[in-house]
Amino acid sequence: MFQAELTKPALITALCVSGLLALTGTKRAHADDIPVIEITAKRFAFSPDKIALKKGQTVKLRLHSEDVTHGFFLRPLKLDEEIPAGETKEVTVTPQVAGTFTTICDHFCGANHGNMNMTIVVE
Amino acid sequence: MKHPDRRSFLKIAGISLGIGVLYSAYPAALAKGEVGDMFSSLGRASGETVTPFSFVQLSDSHVGFNGPPDPLGTRAFERAVEMINALPRRPDLVLFTGDLTHDTEDKDVHAQRMKQFQEISQKLNVPMIKHVPGEHDAGLDGGALYREFFGESYYSFDHRGVHFVALDNVSRAKPEVGAEQLAWLKKDLGLFSKSAPIVIFTHRPLFDLRPDWEWFTSDGDDVMNVLADFDNVTVLYGHIHRDNEHETGKVHHYAARSLIFAFPDPTGVGGPRKPLPFDKDHPFKNLGLRTVSFNGKPQPGSRALSIKDIELTAREFRGINGVQQLLRNPKV
Repeated sequence: MFQAELTKPALITALCVSGLLALTGTKRAHADDIPVIEITAKRFAFSPDKIALKKGQTVKLRLHSEDVTHGFFLRPLKLDEEIPAGETKEVTVTPQVAGTFTTICDHFCGANHGNMNMTIVVE
Repeated sequence: MKHPDRRSFLKIAGISLGIGVLYSAYPAALAKGEVGDMFSSLGRASGETVTPFSFVQLSDSHVGFNGPPDPLGTRAFERAVEMINALPRRPDLVLFTGDLTHDTEDKDVHAQRMKQFQEISQKLNVPMIKHVPGEHDAGLDGGALYREFFGESYYSFDHRGVHFVALDNVSRAKPEVGAEQLAWLKKDLGLFSKSAPIVIFTHRPLFDLRPDWEWFTSDGDDVMNVLADFDNVTVLYGHIHRDNEHETGKVHHYAARSLIFAFPDPTGVGGPRKPLPFDKDHPFKNLGLRTVSFNGKPQPGSRALSIKDIELTAREFRGINGVQQLLRNPKV
């Protein structure tokens, strides 16, 4: 239910780290392959908690749950996935709208489920 | 699942359409003015005739929760029970729209919380109490423990000419009703006339209020499609811990305040959802109950139900001293 309060320096650090994770988490097996972004779900957070995509560019999201079943829901990007406990799921997305969006876990996973979310920025 | 039998359907259909249906069916007899009286008497005797009555909606008591947004635990819930019992006109029933308890992975502790909920709610001096689950009651175990304590998570019943439908949009862990329940709903409502007064009570909003706060039901549009044929539908729900009013076509949606803590107005608030902080000077601020009055046979163009939201009061208790008294005194 509740989000831990972040101090301003901590918040800046967290955003920098998550941005770096998003960048380093993007992989290409071959030059022509679709970029892959790894996202891990674990109660009650996604890691990284922020990624950046480009409008019109297709990417593959590789979603992995480290504990229980989680959801991955973002209506503007038509994302509605279920990530079974301990499993990995892949979904391909080509964002058609720019903006900053909040993706939520929509599979109830415990007391702090209401605060399990991450940010997807589409530029 | 309970389903209206033919006898029940005929009562509701006849009632919702008014005596005109009976005139159509028995014109000769009614011309003598005898059968109409007979039907009125039968309706009164069965308790299902259209007569004014009131009921109360309570929501989100979260029994077992204790944290900074509300250090008082079940105090607001207990105060609501006291206020309902003091109402000048006794309500016919109380509807609880979910999150009766706060979740825990310890089944025994969760069972204890459900038992505590029942102990408090049984103090209500009303003839009938009905419930639907919230995700904190049923999200972790598919509603198994909830059903042990409260019975089926979706069902319907009739009361004084109003058809009440309990919808479960939490037990599948995701915010959805599901195909099986939708099929049941279609069948349940299929026997009723277009003008039948219908009250849907559920936990999550059946429309996209704030999807990024999980304030939605993913197949809510499918539910609305089933309801689209009816003229007098009211949806009562909880989950968002604040009052809210919305219209979808002819359907009116009303969210209830909670009995634990409040969330902010979802319009114009960016970022994550955060509870409003506890106000020691007004410990029950933004918490409350709702009384609903059914005014009798609905008239064309008017609503069958009147809604009144009541904020809880803490009597003489104010400030830090008041809160300390509230915490110490179990009878407040």
